[in-house]
Amino acid sequence: MARESSHDAYLPRARKVSRRRFLADTARTVAGVGLFALAVGVHARSGKSLPAGAIRPPGALPETDFLAACTRCGLCVRACPYDILKLAELGSDIATGTPYFTARTGPCEMCEDIPCVPACPTGALDHGLTDINEARMGLAVLVDQEECIAFQGLRCEICFNVCPLRGKAITLEYQPNRRSGKHALFIPVVHSDACTGCGLCEKACIMTEATIKVLPRDLAKGRRGRHYKLGWEEKRKAGGSLVTPDPKHRYNLPEGVRYEHEGRGLIMGKEPARTAPPSPFSSNPLDTLNRGLEGIGKPGRAK
Amino acid sequence: MKATRRDFIKASAVAATAAAAGLSVPGAKLALAAEEDKDIRWDKVPCRFCGTGCSILVGVKNGRVVASQGDPDAPVNRGLNCVKGYFLAKVMYGKDRLTKPLMRKKNGKFDKNGQFEEVSWDEAFRTMAEKWVAARKAKGPKGVGMFGSGQWTIWEGYAAQKLIKAGFRSNSLEPNARHCMASAVGAFMRAFGIDEPAGCYDDLELADAFVLWGSNMAEMHPILWSRLTNTRLTKPGCEVHVLSVFRNRNFELADNGIVFKPQTDLAIANFIANYIIQNKAYNKAFIEKHVHFNKTPTDIGYGLRDDDPREKAAKNRAKGKLTKISFEEYAKSVAKYTLDYVSELSGVPKEQLLKLAKVYADPNKKVASYWTMGFNQHTRGVWVNGLVYNIHLLMGKIAEPGNSPFSLTGQPSACGTAREVGTFTHRLPADLVTKKDAHCKFAEKIWKLPAGTVPRANGKMDGKDQTDISGKPMGKTLIHAVAMHRALKDGKMNCFWVMCNNNMQAAANMNHESWPGWRDPNNFITVSDPYPTVSAMAADLILPTAMWAEKEGAYGNSERRTQFWRQQVKAPGEARSDLWQVMEFSKYIKVEDVWPAELIAQKPDYAGKTLFDVLYKNGQVDKFPWAGKLMDERGNAYANDESDYFGFYVQKGLFEEYRRFQWEGPKKGHEMAPYEDYHKARGLRWPVIDGKETLWRFRGGYDPHVKGGKDVVEFYGKPDGKANIIFAPYEPPAEPPDDEYDLWLCTGRVLEHWHSGSMTRRVPELYRAVPDAVLFMHPKDARKRRLRNGSKVKIITRRGEIVTRVETRGRNRPPKGLVFVPWFDASRLVNKLTLDQTDPLSKETDYKKCACKVVKA
Repeated sequence: MARESSHDAYLPRARKVSRRRFLADTARTVAGVGLFALAVGVHARSGKSLPAGAIRPPGALPETDFLAACTRCGLCVRACPYDILKLAELGSDIATGTPYFTARTGPCEMCEDIPCVPACPTGALDHGLTDINEARMGLAVLVDQEECIAFQGLRCEICFNVCPLRGKAITLEYQPNRRSGKHALFIPVVHSDACTGCGLCEKACIMTEATIKVLPRDLAKGRRGRHYKLGWEEKRKAGGSLVTPDPKHRYNLPEGVRYEHEGRGLIMGKEPARTAPPSPFSSNPLDTLNRGLEGIGKPGRAK
Repeated sequence: MKATRRDFIKASAVAATAAAAGLSVPGAKLALAAEEDKDIRWDKVPCRFCGTGCSILVGVKNGRVVASQGDPDAPVNRGLNCVKGYFLAKVMYGKDRLTKPLMRKKNGKFDKNGQFEEVSWDEAFRTMAEKWVAARKAKGPKGVGMFGSGQWTIWEGYAAQKLIKAGFRSNSLEPNARHCMASAVGAFMRAFGIDEPAGCYDDLELADAFVLWGSNMAEMHPILWSRLTNTRLTKPGCEVHVLSVFRNRNFELADNGIVFKPQTDLAIANFIANYIIQNKAYNKAFIEKHVHFNKTPTDIGYGLRDDDPREKAAKNRAKGKLTKISFEEYAKSVAKYTLDYVSELSGVPKEQLLKLAKVYADPNKKVASYWTMGFNQHTRGVWVNGLVYNIHLLMGKIAEPGNSPFSLTGQPSACGTAREVGTFTHRLPADLVTKKDAHCKFAEKIWKLPAGTVPRANGKMDGKDQTDISGKPMGKTLIHAVAMHRALKDGKMNCFWVMCNNNMQAAANMNHESWPGWRDPNNFITVSDPYPTVSAMAADLILPTAMWAEKEGAYGNSERRTQFWRQQVKAPGEARSDLWQVMEFSKYIKVEDVWPAELIAQKPDYAGKTLFDVLYKNGQVDKFPWAGKLMDERGNAYANDESDYFGFYVQKGLFEEYRRFQWEGPKKGHEMAPYEDYHKARGLRWPVIDGKETLWRFRGGYDPHVKGGKDVVEFYGKPDGKANIIFAPYEPPAEPPDDEYDLWLCTGRVLEHWHSGSMTRRVPELYRAVPDAVLFMHPKDARKRRLRNGSKVKIITRRGEIVTRVETRGRNRPPKGLVFVPWFDASRLVNKLTLDQTDPLSKETDYKKCACKVVKA
């Protein structure tokens, strides 16, 4: 990413060269091994390598299946009331005659009745999709956190505000602005379990080059090793500790000093037993996400 | 006759709307600087949008603004901006900047029904002067009027004040701040006898709890919200309470987010006072020493026209004289506002009301209350402002760090210009008023004018009628903003000059109360603006205006901070600043045109002179020579087009004369520093005495006007140093929903667009982000009307209708029964719908409450 390459720039020249050579050598070996696999894959994948900026209409089957099913009839394009869908032309990187849209110039407006889907005669657009919020056209990614002004503390938040699933697909995470010392940062966070990839955020982004972009989901998503669970998540799902909770702890402490086992730890002096500053933001973004706007500010937040 | 006129009006209205719609956004072009450009000259300029007062560094190269940055050394924003500030430099470079005066003409001369044609400044002012002099003579002091702005620089407001009040001898001068801040002013004067808050922005870090009463700070004061949020995140025990008639972005941070029924904020505030008294939580010592208890007349009407049944029914129409009462009587008055009653009336759950009351009643919690348009644009705006002062005064939570009832301003210089200079019909600089003979005489002395020049509110000096140019007595002279549009419609005012604002789009009930007067063939309307706004389209003469960094300027923000800037670039074409326009126009009026002979006889040497000679070339304003350039400490030279033109340092002369009102006038506490000091500093908070700023007023140690230590409090705006607690009851709104018009309509703003969108909609990125004003509606209300998100709808009130789309999932989430529409959108003029109701005391319009219905379009 951009951040890494700028680190490279600070490396001493001599070391940089030797490191680069090392990397090149390694890459060659890997490439040798990988070539065969690539050759086999090329044919099958040619259609699948949809350019990152082109997005399929809602309900599109996985790319390979979609290409097999799509008859290039153009009926979905005709059905789109906002005229955002286009048919790929000869010579473009997209399979000729297939429908797509470009988020930056014409995002999906997420019609509640999804007219493009029933228009599809072959099911290349899955007729099972009846709730536009379930569409997964792509995934918005805040691709450039260096340029996005929200990360510098400016009050923009336009992507958050225009998101049709505002408060679910994009939430704001509030953090103190350590540079100014007096202000806060309002950081947009995209949640893949709610983002439809409609692209309204990318269209509305006020930056010269959008810093939030919709990418094909397979390109945008990483994956944690499934062997590793997030303890607090599992506890939340189970509704309590997976392993028997501890008995009440007792400590050797001088007069007037307390110790909170699950709270702040050592508490000196006779200050009133204030609860920790309540934060409206759960450490788990999904809590915020699933609660949506309606839930924000309601009791039941982290104490 | 009536029918044809109405047809004409209708036809013109349609044309204007169509033009407004087609006007859609000629995008701004900004030549961008190369990343590492070393030839850029950087200088500080305050932002020209909201009342926060962020500072921007403006980068100029080859006479153009090519770059900008948040000023890292500015105490308000520390290098940050909101998204409007990010694009600030672009607002000067919209493709459709006006660069020549334009007048409606047919066959080579002015014609009300003509097309706009380019004219020279000389022709523009000659025509205007002819109309103004005739109207002033024929119709008296209210025959002409000027509608200025909280975006005027300090000296623009001051120069206009002199031109209208002294020159034209008319009190028909109002700022658009009347639509915005007048209720706050009214309450300051009633409670404290002096305008503007005791505290400052430092309270955002020092308070333990924040209460937002009708202020969507998250969007409207973005950088202050950023500070409040940081305090909420980092200070243990900090709480945020939010009151609004719909869930707005504040609720994302709120610990106690309260949605109440419109107008019941009056009852909620009284409930808190009652809670404090019932629980004996009030600060007895503070009350005994520093507070009087009062009541205000009730059933005061809604500021509608005289023949409206609601006005006829009002027992004490527009009355506001206070009556002193005892603490016990006050306690009895609020006793009605019990938890049960107020919860029922307001629709707010009891536990939420209690949580709010407790934070005020806790003597160990420092509370800062903030409000903006929810309180000010309110038919009981002065009352409700006062009810929050009551709470703070009962607890003694005022005038000290962290304890701060604070009215936020919407415009960059609503405080600095409209209020401090006093560009209202009833005001003079530094809190003086035209109601007081002595204040007018003081102004005449400073201005070197004959006694009796300035029209008194009642038209009488020393108990005797002031004589008008017509030979008749002056009569009553006050006329507020909404009354101006009514007077134009009724033919009582014939000339109107709208400067630095967009009042055709901004004033309520546009079809019935704004448009007819502007397009009446007997009236001559001048609009000064950088862009072809809705107002410009409805005008007869459009004057192209130099804006923001194209002139030397000064603004005053919400926390009494006065900030100056130097002229950074030249305006395009023949565009001239408001200051130049006011002063140059005064050259076209002779004293004899507007003053009666007996007045001139007092100063025979003024005979035959122009208003320019008398008002600006008076030996004071023209006292500072202009060296041809202004140098900064780094050796950069700056132009000043007004000073070049007039031959003296205009801004300095005006400011230094204005400063005499603060230092020599009968009202202390407004003192500002000498001119040069402000070019050096990133703003100073007044009063500034011996070079020292004042952070908290009315408290010893912090305020130089209060003798003694920090335990001493003196509300020195009042003769005995005591503030007023003023009981005011809940009274119903003017136009609640009924069976036919079954929804509340509330209007307001969004983060991305400001000042009617005339500038921000010309920034393509902002326009793309938020192009249209949509109707925010509860999903169930939408479903009931067979609407869904994105449906095209008609919003209809008794006054008009507009078409837009429904938004059920956006940033604002109204409760059932209420809809919200922002007003920035020139292609959807929401003020066709609103009711021209005002607070009868402050005369400020209530844009927040009228009844509407919504149907599928």
